Amino acid sequence: MASADELTFHEFEEATNLLAETPDAATTSRSDQLTPQGHVAVAVGSGSSYGAEDEVEEESDKAAVLNRIKGSLLPRPGHNFVRHHLRNRPDLYGPFWICATLAFVLAVTGNLTLVLAQRRDPSIHYSPQFHKVTVAGISIYCYAWLVPLALWGFLRWRKGVRERMGPYTFLETVCVYGYSLFVFIPMVVLWLIPVPWLQWLFGALALGLSATGLVFTLWPVVREDTRLVAMVLLSAVVLLHALLAVGCKLYFFQSLPPEKVAPPPQITSLPSNIPLPPTLPQSMAPS
Amino acid sequence: MAEAEESPGDPGTASPRPLFAGLSDISISQDIPVEGEITIPMKSRIREFDSSTLNESVRNTIMRDLKAVGKKFMHVLYPRKSNTLLRDWDLWGPLILCVTLALMLQRDSVDSEKDGGPQFAEVFVIVWFGAVTITLNSKLLGGNISFFQSLCVLGYCILPLTVAMLICRLVLLADPGPVNFMVRLFVVIVMFAWSIVASTAFLADSQPPNRRALAVYPVFLFYFVISWMILTFTPQ
Repeated sequence: MASADELTFHEFEEATNLLAETPDAATTSRSDQLTPQGHVAVAVGSGSSYGAEDEVEEESDKAAVLNRIKGSLLPRPGHNFVRHHLRNRPDLYGPFWICATLAFVLAVTGNLTLVLAQRRDPSIHYSPQFHKVTVAGISIYCYAWLVPLALWGFLRWRKGVRERMGPYTFLETVCVYGYSLFVFIPMVVLWLIPVPWLQWLFGALALGLSATGLVFTLWPVVREDTRLVAMVLLSAVVLLHALLAVGCKLYFFQSLPPEKVAPPPQITSLPSNIPLPPTLPQSMAPS
Repeated sequence: MAEAEESPGDPGTASPRPLFAGLSDISISQDIPVEGEITIPMKSRIREFDSSTLNESVRNTIMRDLKAVGKKFMHVLYPRKSNTLLRDWDLWGPLILCVTLALMLQRDSVDSEKDGGPQFAEVFVIVWFGAVTITLNSKLLGGNISFFQSLCVLGYCILPLTVAMLICRLVLLADPGPVNFMVRLFVVIVMFAWSIVASTAFLADSQPPNRRALAVYPVFLFYFVISWMILTFTPQ
């Protein structure tokens, strides 16, 4: 049914463009053809709830959240995450609890790596490393809230250049970033496997998926801008995402005391009773 | 600190008729007396209850509160669908459990290395802010449970995990080894499952049915983190 699908897709795109300009409008005709949901009342960010989740009567909200997670895992070039999955009804449940899960999973699997390393080499000292929970939580939450804030501010500043499509609201940007972090959760769990090239492979795959989703979401908003600004913005977004992934890998998955500059996660080649003096004088010299 | 709280609204009953629908049908004839006393028996009992607690001995007061806490512990250990935890909520039980857990989990300050176990304050903060966050989450999802009732339930359902902590500390007095670890793992998993079952027995009914899983997942994450802290505890 390719042709019918194309027709409905184009209609929806036009409707979503209209919606984008007047985000408070309610529309009932378009979405009925596509989804089994009841009426679609667009009420973003109502004060006493997570967003407009309480507006949906027929579709289960659990299914809605799972649907959005699936949408973030499989980015497709035509389907803008905000328009297609969020449908102008961002929710904060997904981003908040995905960030919480990611922070705790990072701390727990980082600790598990230490446990597994100690079982292979009993001379490593095991400790619960509870401070990593704090670090993980603060860094993930700051990333998931401050970077969308900066991005939203920048897009609003450049708003004058665009005619066709309005910028995303702040909640929609937070929502996009939150759901895009979901793919890091299975990646972090798979990082337990102590094979370095496999870990970098998983990291690259997850980063690719996540960054692709972000780029596809931002592209319609940014493509009307000058090429320079568009390229700079998209590469900054991808770079920050990559920094987050690499930072997580290096900080949470080092199981050795910092004897080398780039600690590998597996320790079979390096007994840990090598004395520290080669690095100590360097660190004590400036102090 | 036990108070009689108004019962949470029953989600199942929705009155189809508007209020005062039949009132217009009633006609009061002259020979039916419409005078009398409007007294609520419960209220007078509470008033006399209140004035007498000032004069009772301290032992009575403490024993009454301890008995209430003990009764709720029994309800957590044998979870049934009952309203006791919700109706007479109190926060003494969660406080006792949280302080006990934090005292047992804190790292030994004599030996404190930079990356050891949690400090007392960290455990306390995780338990209380976790419970507050989950309560806010279930309220935002439209649950009809009050703030303190939810805190009460979540706090009391830490009891199985506190028991697990006690057992783990006893087991750790024996020789360390894989058997030791397996026993601790088994105990923690069983108590974790018990906590989840107990808390969902109380909390799940207060959510609309299409959001139950969304409300239960954070509870799962909360008890998972506490179980992780218990499992990775190593005495220095």
